[in-house]
Amino acid sequence: MTTTRFQGLIAKNEVAHSRRRRITNTIMLAITGLLTLMALVPLFWIIGYVIYRGGSSLNLAFFTQLPRPLGIAGGGVLHSIEGTAVLAVLSCLFAIPPGVLAAFYAARNPNTPLGITLRFTTDVLAGVPSIVMGLFVYALIVVPSKHFSGLAGGVAMGILMLPTIIRTTEEMLKLVPHTLREGSLGLGTPEWKTSISVMFPAALNGIITGFLLAIARATGETAPLLFTAFGNDNFNIGLIVRGGAQAHQNIFTIIGRIINEPVDSLPLTLWKYAQQPYPERVNQSWGVALVLMIFVLLIEIIARLWVESRKRALQG
Amino acid sequence: MKTASLPKPNALSLRIQRITHHGDILWSGLIILMSFLVIVVALAIGWMLWQQSALARNQLGLNFILPRADSTWDPQTGVFQAWPFIYGTLITSIFAIILAVPISLGISIFLAELCPEKIRLPLNWMIELLAAIPSVVYGLWGIFVFLPKVVLPVGEGLFTVFGQVPVLNFFFTGPIPQSGASRLAAAMILTIMIIPTITAITRDVLLAIPNTQREAAMGMGSTRWEMIWQVLLPYGLSGILGAIILGLGRGLGETMAVTMVIGNSLEPTGSLLKPGYTMASLLANEFGESLSELHTSAMIEIGLTLFVITLILNIIARFLVWQVARRTPQEARA
Repeated sequence: MTTTRFQGLIAKNEVAHSRRRRITNTIMLAITGLLTLMALVPLFWIIGYVIYRGGSSLNLAFFTQLPRPLGIAGGGVLHSIEGTAVLAVLSCLFAIPPGVLAAFYAARNPNTPLGITLRFTTDVLAGVPSIVMGLFVYALIVVPSKHFSGLAGGVAMGILMLPTIIRTTEEMLKLVPHTLREGSLGLGTPEWKTSISVMFPAALNGIITGFLLAIARATGETAPLLFTAFGNDNFNIGLIVRGGAQAHQNIFTIIGRIINEPVDSLPLTLWKYAQQPYPERVNQSWGVALVLMIFVLLIEIIARLWVESRKRALQG
Repeated sequence: MKTASLPKPNALSLRIQRITHHGDILWSGLIILMSFLVIVVALAIGWMLWQQSALARNQLGLNFILPRADSTWDPQTGVFQAWPFIYGTLITSIFAIILAVPISLGISIFLAELCPEKIRLPLNWMIELLAAIPSVVYGLWGIFVFLPKVVLPVGEGLFTVFGQVPVLNFFFTGPIPQSGASRLAAAMILTIMIIPTITAITRDVLLAIPNTQREAAMGMGSTRWEMIWQVLLPYGLSGILGAIILGLGRGLGETMAVTMVIGNSLEPTGSLLKPGYTMASLLANEFGESLSELHTSAMIEIGLTLFVITLILNIIARFLVWQVARRTPQEARA
């Protein structure tokens, strides 16, 4: 089809046509550039506006105090900062060990039936809407245990992180030169020891980058926490720990109590505050948005810079 | 290995070593187990939703998800029909795709074919950062900035232009509410959110096209645009379709930003300019306050519907993208 069109043009030998083609070319190429600029407008608009609105509501109390009752100014979002930390730790515990080990399998056996199924499943999991994960964990943990908990929230976030962790770890393991692995095996080191003490350290930088990106993405998620972690205005790790210490409970009981409580997380708090008619709550939600955005974007940028520099180092 | 300086291992540990091939059998067992675990989690999501929605599936039947003009959703009286939510999800995502595809195509063409090497990486990053901003932040910005500043004027414009046109006025029955909260707002926020997904994959598809294709087109005297439009895009078509479908999947499942701007009300009209609900926004709003077992079960069935739709879309999209990836290197070598 292309050929006949050019032949037609040549046969007609029309200068006007070639000028029209040149003009179309210029206009269309310019449009692609304009579209790129246009897509950047919301990015800078959002970042700029969140900094502008959020900056004014940040102060020391914001990070160190629990929320005050409605209508009373002041107070902070310590509960949700602590909750976010609890959820992040739990989700890493649930997602990283199985994710990394499964990635070892996928990297070594990409073409076995299990390897193909695993990679396919990872892709599918990455596409499952996060709110569906929330429903799943609700049915899996909240219904049997009859209460919302940080544990359930951590599991939901962990499942959300799995695909990212598996995929990046697998890719990083594949980048490790074969010679390293073969050298280790040739020295008589068993496969498992080669994996743990040769392959893993060699790929560690990239793997950690993957963890960081996964945590950043999962921390920004709200939907899977709505019916799992649920939210808790009075969540205070300090209080639980002091109470536990006074009752002479051991450390495991205390940890158990922490993860059994419903918790808030930053996005969850933002969502609730944004819908309230109290201006001080809305202002605080902008503050939360700023903290959340800085956290997520910083991790994202640092991780990417790290990957870039590694790539450049590997390319020589 | 048997040198005099090494302590002699006892018989038991030697036996363990022999049976487990120096631990390798344990190791492969462990990594196979974890791989199975991941697969089991994915299967369990489907199975759990299926099982928990049993009540709704038995009582409400197929009518639940079929299109009906007069569908109602009334937890008080126990009448549940999901069509308004399915419609809301479809109309917002499809409209978002219609807006996002030309923009993303333009951006990926610019990034892959035209952009000077020096600014390519920063531009790539900035587009991808759009995907990193948390969904709730989009929602917050949407409520306070995007709705009054952008959606409201656009909605009013659409109403004056298309409000009287036959057929099209089904989608543009107005006027848009003064808050701006509407299906249009959801679709426009979704557009911004799915642009990075479509752009990243399309850009990779374009970059994977062998240079011989470009050289041949240029050698025949085509302009750059003709090369892109008549040679590169048809060549990468299936991958680009895959990218669009993945973007659609992302749009269907997006919850928070949409919930915050769509207005969440059951309107008897199909208009884009009116508030609505999507499947995900219904779950976000009502699931925590369910009134009865049937109500919960019906909402889990909505989750199941969402899961199945995104599952099918993802499988199709992965297949399309994978086809390009598989075909390209072989032809590049030839």
